[in-house]
Amino acid sequence: MRIRLEKRLTPSRFMQVATPVASVLLTMLLGAIIFQLIGFDGRRAIYETFITPIVASYKWQDVATKAAPLIIIALGLSLGNQAKIWNIGAEGQYIIGALAGAGVAFALPDAQGFWMIPLMIAAGIVGGMAWASIPAFLKTRYRVSEVLSTLMLVYVALQVLNYLVSGPWKDPNGHNFPQTPPFSPAQLLPHAIPGTAIPPGLVVAIVLTLVFWLLTTRSVYGFSVRTVGAAPNAARYGGFDASRTVWSTLMISGGMAGLAGILEASSQLGQINLGFPSGYGFTAIIVSFLGRLHPIGVFLAALILAVTYVGGQVAQTVVHVPNATAGIFQAMMLFFILASDILVRYRLRIIRDTPRAAPAEALA
Amino acid sequence: MNIGFFIDALITVVGVTTPILLAATGELVVEKSGVLNLGIEGMMLIGAVTGFAVTLNYGPNLGDMAPWFGVLAAALAGAASSMLFAVLVLTLGSNQVATGLALAIFGIGLSSLIGASYVGMIVPSFDSVFPDQLAGDPLWRVVFGYSPLVYFALLMVFAVGWFLNRTRGGLILRAVGENDLSAHSIGYPVIAIRYAAIAFGGALAGIGGAYFSMVITPMWAEQMTAGRGWIALALVVFSGWRAGRLLAGAYFFGVLMTLELYAKASGFSFLPSQFWAAMPYIAAVVALAVISAREVAGSEAPACLGRPFLPNA
Amino acid sequence: MNRITRRHLMKTAAAAGLALPGLARSGFAAEPLKVGFVYLGAIGDWGWTWSHEQGRKALVDALKGQVVADYVENVKEDASAIPVMKDLAQQGHKLIFTTSYGYMDQTIEVAKQFPDVKWEHCTGYKRADNVGTYNSRFYQGRAVTGTMAGMMSKTGVIGFVGSFKIPEVVMGVNGFTLAAQAVNPKITTKLVMIDTWFDPAKEAAAAETLANLGCDVIAQHVDSPAVLQVCEKRKIYGFGYGADMSRFAPHAQLTASLDLWGPYYIERAKAMLDGSWKSDDIWWGFKEGLLGMAPYNKTVPENVRAAADKITSDTKAGTYEIFTGPIMDQSGKERVAKGQRMEDKDLLVMDWYVKGVQS
Repeated sequence: MRIRLEKRLTPSRFMQVATPVASVLLTMLLGAIIFQLIGFDGRRAIYETFITPIVASYKWQDVATKAAPLIIIALGLSLGNQAKIWNIGAEGQYIIGALAGAGVAFALPDAQGFWMIPLMIAAGIVGGMAWASIPAFLKTRYRVSEVLSTLMLVYVALQVLNYLVSGPWKDPNGHNFPQTPPFSPAQLLPHAIPGTAIPPGLVVAIVLTLVFWLLTTRSVYGFSVRTVGAAPNAARYGGFDASRTVWSTLMISGGMAGLAGILEASSQLGQINLGFPSGYGFTAIIVSFLGRLHPIGVFLAALILAVTYVGGQVAQTVVHVPNATAGIFQAMMLFFILASDILVRYRLRIIRDTPRAAPAEALA
Repeated sequence: MNIGFFIDALITVVGVTTPILLAATGELVVEKSGVLNLGIEGMMLIGAVTGFAVTLNYGPNLGDMAPWFGVLAAALAGAASSMLFAVLVLTLGSNQVATGLALAIFGIGLSSLIGASYVGMIVPSFDSVFPDQLAGDPLWRVVFGYSPLVYFALLMVFAVGWFLNRTRGGLILRAVGENDLSAHSIGYPVIAIRYAAIAFGGALAGIGGAYFSMVITPMWAEQMTAGRGWIALALVVFSGWRAGRLLAGAYFFGVLMTLELYAKASGFSFLPSQFWAAMPYIAAVVALAVISAREVAGSEAPACLGRPFLPNA
Repeated sequence: MNRITRRHLMKTAAAAGLALPGLARSGFAAEPLKVGFVYLGAIGDWGWTWSHEQGRKALVDALKGQVVADYVENVKEDASAIPVMKDLAQQGHKLIFTTSYGYMDQTIEVAKQFPDVKWEHCTGYKRADNVGTYNSRFYQGRAVTGTMAGMMSKTGVIGFVGSFKIPEVVMGVNGFTLAAQAVNPKITTKLVMIDTWFDPAKEAAAAETLANLGCDVIAQHVDSPAVLQVCEKRKIYGFGYGADMSRFAPHAQLTASLDLWGPYYIERAKAMLDGSWKSDDIWWGFKEGLLGMAPYNKTVPENVRAAADKITSDTKAGTYEIFTGPIMDQSGKERVAKGQRMEDKDLLVMDWYVKGVQS
């Protein structure tokens, strides 16, 4: 008796939805067991990490604040991933986007107009796109793998930030600490929409989720992106230009990361310092896969990841689990979802033993 | 300035370079087989904490042999963690980029969890095993004054170069990385070969990690590799997937990193230090572009790099 | 199904806090004061965070039964510190210490949302009605270690591995150098800034480089004991910073300046208990007990011990202040006139190195 994999003609809808849910549940179960075994209150660690942020309404704003940039970045990445364009340098585009927006803010320190924020946001998007244009150019012109070039550029972006905040952009009134001056009130987004506890980033994220949902399911462009990813040859016959797809997906994902960066800088911190890069660009890759590259899935996945961040902190104070816990849970979720990926594309068949010739023998 | 000055500088360069070289040599083999494992940082950290823990715990019983067992354990732990990645990408056909990142995050988390109880402890540094007359000699220390892992790293990079270019096994490994479907159709066990390559890469990353916790600073601290796994990745790219240039590139990076410190200490900080820190990555991107533009034979990324292989698909 | 309300959750959270081993005995007090700590690193980092954790323990010991003190470690200095601080406040902590400079804006921000919680931010300069700041005159310890370095160095070249060019580090470099020059005017200090707080391998490489360039005593202002480990290997001298690091370098560590936060934490908790807490801005040192020195290494000669002890006791008495003119900067320009003491406000923004610092 053996297990055989049979490719499904179309990916299983049921499995696409069931496996992420199962991955989260499995992580909770296994996480509880592991933490119990190494001497913590495992059940409580899981409860605080995964449940408290959901049931405690005063945690919702924190979850939303954390989720918004993840959603925005992961939406862009998912589009590229559908075309099998792997932008893993969103962290770099996020940083450069924030710096570009901040640059506009510092260039116009006294501007008071309502247009200041939109201008900064536009600059943020352009900044992210510009950083992503380097790998796009290298890929289309020299066939350089975007996986490697986008990743390398993250570390260059980090140093650009370090250079600017400790040199040219250092706050003259900042007691000589490596940080930029604070944005002026006209350059700041409120933490929350006045009168509510909803962070503005979340509204942007919700709108963009709908936009991306329409884009991927209802537009020719979305179809072309998927076709380039699934069947590059067919795409070429169909007249979809692969290098245009490379450019467009990298521009969109870079722009989205840049947008997330400037939103974060102008709403959360109101300045840029060495602590600004917080790994959203990398976490968004997990979100993209956990959400199965689908806009709605990405939205939900980002919420779950945000819950583990917020809950991980609660678990730290209440159960005294180490700080590394949230990262371990996130990695476990991703491992499970990736492992279960095969169930989406394949059917498991248990077949009775009928000896099959090894491919080598068959061809010999 | 005398000869001793250069010997001192060289010893510092070797210390900076060796862990990156170890991890990159392993990753070279992995990538040559057509697999991209981005989890180097995680595997290094797991190796670092395991090597330290074993050396510390068995030190009283094993004495001088303890660090050797520590290194062995680091290699095994690195390989074991890489198997998590291997099962996912090879047997279950998952996306290599995402799986590699998951391994990196997992390794960072797991090593901090395991290492929490080892913070603040020390082991003796795993230094030269040659007699003091040689290892401590003002001149001969340039040859004999290093940790055994330094010689091991050099040995490994030569062995890998020889294996890849001069042996049948290396030819098969490269064939698997260049065209997995043809390699499969003429009867090579693609999956098994990639398992072996990933395990080898994991073992070397583990030893590279142990170099931090057992040689450079014999202690454990959370995330003590501080991003060297990503530099190792840049190095493989920079080398154009060739062992000879990997060695040269590793020392080029090492010299750059050390030069920065010398420049600062001597009062010649003519470039912003961030530029030095960004150099390896800029160099890697430029090298990628140059290699591809010139289409240097054998210097391009393996054709199957990062692609899943599912023969019965 | 139970409706889980915020109040209910806060109660369970409080119960969890009380159920912690060692704290359960506090039953006789009606409502112990809950104190929270936000830490930058791990409590076992044997440096900055470790010293704050010692302070927290001292607080719990001193006010047994009257306080409960929780902490969160490894909190990044970015926006993610905000939910951590809110979380502590929401769990009922009434006095919260945020123990790193990078939490400054986050502390101010969260303090606005929790006006009845008192906040104490370490090493910052932004205050509010419910936010005070506290800082330590770390440079006073540098004056002691600098004196020892000046007397112990044979080459006349000493080293310093720093993180960033921020006032706290600059004061350390300058205090160290001036004190060394006071006992040996020919001293030069080679300075390497590594642009990170934590990268043990880079810290080690920097220390090796300094040793290669002839430094025989190396001080450090980074987060790991890597520099001392290199000193031990190279058979030169070094100093612990923040905590006694002699276990990492039993021969090399001449002494260490110790950050002792306990006295301050105890005083502030007492002020909370008797209702006298007010936002303030303190900058304490040896005199107030916020700084101390680790035992000298047994290899330190008697005259060096005496000189070091004298710096400590004169500082305590207020008769010694390292930043007293004349002080020249690197270019030889006089920055502080003879006999004049630098003012605190100038120290807190110091961004120039004294003559004899090579950077």
